[in-house]
Amino acid sequence: MSSPGPSARPRTAARSRAGLVPVAVILLWAVVAALWPHLVPHDPALQDPTVRFRPPGPGHWLGTDQFGRDVLSRVLAGARPVLVVAPPATALGVLAGTAVGLISGTVRGWFDDIVMRVLDAVMVFPTVIAAVLFIALLGRSPLVVVLVVGAAFVPIVARSVRAATLVEREKPYVDAARLRGEPLPSLMVREILPNIRATVLVEATTRLGDAVFAAATLSFLGLGQPPGSPEWGAAVSDNRVWLQVAPWTVLAPALAIGSLVVAVALLSDALRHRLEAR
Amino acid sequence: MTAGLRVEALSAAYGPATVLHEVSFAVTPGETFGVVGESGCGKTTLGYLLGGHLQPGGRHTGGRVTVDGTDILALDPAGLRRWRRTGVAFVHQDAAGALDPTMRVGTQLAEVLRLRGLGRGAAAAEATELLRRVRLPGEAARRYPHQLSGGQRQRVMIAGVLAARPRLIVLDEPTTGLDAAVRADVLDLLARLRAELAAAVVLISHDLDLVGRHCDRVGVLYAGRLVESGPAAGILGDPAHPYTAGLLDSAPRLGMPRRVRRLAPIAGRLPVLGATSPGCVFAARCPVAEAACTTAEPALDERAVPGRVVRCLRPGTAPRITAEVTSQTAATVRPEPGQPPLLEVRGLVRGYGDTAVLDHVDLTIGAGEVVGLVGESGSGKTTLARAIAGLHAEGTGQLRFAGAALPAGLRRRSPALRRRIQMVFQDPDTTLNPSQPVWRILKRALRTLRGKPGVAALAARTRLDEELLRRRPGQLSGGQKQRVAIARSFAGAPELVICDEPVSALDVSVQAAMLELLAEQRERTGTAYLFISHDLAVVGYLADRVAVLYRGVLVEQGPAGPVLAGPHHPYTATLVGAAPSEPSQPALVNGAGCLFFHACARRIAGLCDVTAPPLAEAEPGHFVRCHLDPAALPRTEPTTSIGGVRA
Repeated sequence: MSSPGPSARPRTAARSRAGLVPVAVILLWAVVAALWPHLVPHDPALQDPTVRFRPPGPGHWLGTDQFGRDVLSRVLAGARPVLVVAPPATALGVLAGTAVGLISGTVRGWFDDIVMRVLDAVMVFPTVIAAVLFIALLGRSPLVVVLVVGAAFVPIVARSVRAATLVEREKPYVDAARLRGEPLPSLMVREILPNIRATVLVEATTRLGDAVFAAATLSFLGLGQPPGSPEWGAAVSDNRVWLQVAPWTVLAPALAIGSLVVAVALLSDALRHRLEAR
Repeated sequence: MTAGLRVEALSAAYGPATVLHEVSFAVTPGETFGVVGESGCGKTTLGYLLGGHLQPGGRHTGGRVTVDGTDILALDPAGLRRWRRTGVAFVHQDAAGALDPTMRVGTQLAEVLRLRGLGRGAAAAEATELLRRVRLPGEAARRYPHQLSGGQRQRVMIAGVLAARPRLIVLDEPTTGLDAAVRADVLDLLARLRAELAAAVVLISHDLDLVGRHCDRVGVLYAGRLVESGPAAGILGDPAHPYTAGLLDSAPRLGMPRRVRRLAPIAGRLPVLGATSPGCVFAARCPVAEAACTTAEPALDERAVPGRVVRCLRPGTAPRITAEVTSQTAATVRPEPGQPPLLEVRGLVRGYGDTAVLDHVDLTIGAGEVVGLVGESGSGKTTLARAIAGLHAEGTGQLRFAGAALPAGLRRRSPALRRRIQMVFQDPDTTLNPSQPVWRILKRALRTLRGKPGVAALAARTRLDEELLRRRPGQLSGGQKQRVAIARSFAGAPELVICDEPVSALDVSVQAAMLELLAEQRERTGTAYLFISHDLAVVGYLADRVAVLYRGVLVEQGPAGPVLAGPHHPYTATLVGAAPSEPSQPALVNGAGCLFFHACARRIAGLCDVTAPPLAEAEPGHFVRCHLDPAALPRTEPTTSIGGVRA
């Protein structure tokens, strides 16, 4: 008799509308990343010493930097390197992490013990240090960034998927499946995985935000694209010495990073609420 | 001013959906009024509204609630708060949720007393005194709620009611979820409470027997309407409304097995919340409905039966089931001599970590036999079930199935062996994979269990509606889910189905349908059951033999009739007679002796607490683990009645 009644409906509707804003922001950046050559008012690499440190105004809507390059154009062009790296890294981390967590949580026993200790050891190693090491070793390329960031996500995803699996595997429907002799792969894929998809989805969006941030961080450290390429992290890094003189040169790429990270985080929250409500 | 509680044409709704429709009754001080009905009938909404409380989203849409002349629902928030202080007290099913987990229970009681104007010291002293009166030791005041058992917490709630000395007491399922002996104890306290306070008491319960025993008058709630109200004995003995009759005929009774009295479930389901029909709300499920019943809602009739109010056009016409020995199922299963039993459990020990749950359990199940397993919560029933199923393998002891050794772990059992033992679980909400539609669940079960027929045939065999096959478990009712679970376990040709409390989470009419379904499947296939329940009437309805588990020790095993009626183990006697057991003491330190010693009414000091009791054969095939001479074992006259009223 504790049915929530119709009063619960408006709240859910408001929540789903709240989910639309971050989706719009993410889509906007995706479109910019794909089509920036057609959208930029200036060539992002074009240097014009006559217009150095021009504040935002007509002609240069977000001003210019120390070489007289158009900040707006560079911010728009900077979306691509981030969005080329972040989603594949997330996909890699979530797929591998889900597989590891699901197997480990279902099988339990010594296998689970070993896998979890290995993941603990991997998690102890700081992501950024690992990234610096591997990029130094393998060279600067988006593929290496994807692999390093994705690998760093595996233990994080595996842990929460394993936790969800442990809850699910104790439920009677899994016992019933074991009693009728379902083989292990079927137990994991048919019985458990569909019922932990909420955890996997929330993990995926949360990790996407982290991946955006990680890509920007590596770029800030100079481990992204070659110097001079339009990149958000690199732009913040290059221009921070001019923060007093030309704050827009730092603010614009920083806000770009922030908008994407916050949008992804909000989407993750909205998704979590939606899935929990069900 | 009228003394006591008056409810006049009370209506309430959640949004557009009516949950209470013109409910009227009155309770004088010192009187107990029972409200019965299945889940979803509006019982809890009614209970809350009596205290001026609406659940989120709820609206009061008409009518009045007056207590000693005060119109509760017309009070402003401050006035309501003042009135609640001394006007009303609630005892809910979930005492753990009603008590503050961060406060000692003595402090919580003293808080109530201080609201009545007592000083700090006086309140603390009075709190201890109140706990003593609900038979809790004095040091209980210094305990936190989590340090008390469920029954002890419920006693603290009752002490809280004593502290508030309210004019109206609302008891909402106060004993649901408590074990039989503890329940009897709590009910005994509630009876004393009522005598002491002279308050109007409303007892809300799904349990007809409980309501019949403890209430002066009863109201039967169906889909938010009071369909019948009047004296308890009259209503339970001779129901006028077909719904009341249906409820009574759905409830199993102790000492009335299936071959004596076959349950008649109510057809159909409760209408969806907010659904409206022009006629009687029960017409769609009513066995005696006629055309007039579907055109206009029957008015409350005060003349049809003297002293009673009935909302029915044809009161008293519903056919009743009768107790008679039906010959075709009268023969109990007798194992053929020389044939090994289907399942043999020998010296089974199971535990979690250092905690032993099962202590050398011996159990035998013959082919096609229904063995009932009873015991209170924590006695190890589920652990035994899981051990037999192969889901709990860590421990010692032997299992044999059809004459051959049965490996303890599922992994070591061959696929063919696995298929012969299936299980039905308690919680309908987790028994089915929530992300698979019903047809897929059944199809998968048919494939893995090597079932011959298709999904449709399996559904037909278990009387599962075709239209339900496309739904997912989330769109099914509890009874429908459990029906799918039973269908799933019978997809192959199981020889033993372990039913772990399969009907405990279901309403009485649904429970009857499920018991009938299990009985039918057994008649069709000759499958044996290990049927686990805490409810002796339910176990007695199906079981050929009954085993009684007490704290991991099997204290009694034998044919169902003698085990339930006696001579039986003193512990079984407390379960059957629902006599209040003595306050439970800490477990024996040395582990020797009888575990039931401290709560036993017939204990022999110097023997029972020192020496473990032997397993004695009281009658052929009826074993009792007790020091008492078989002739001295207690007997309990089975109460073949409901609410103390002979059917």
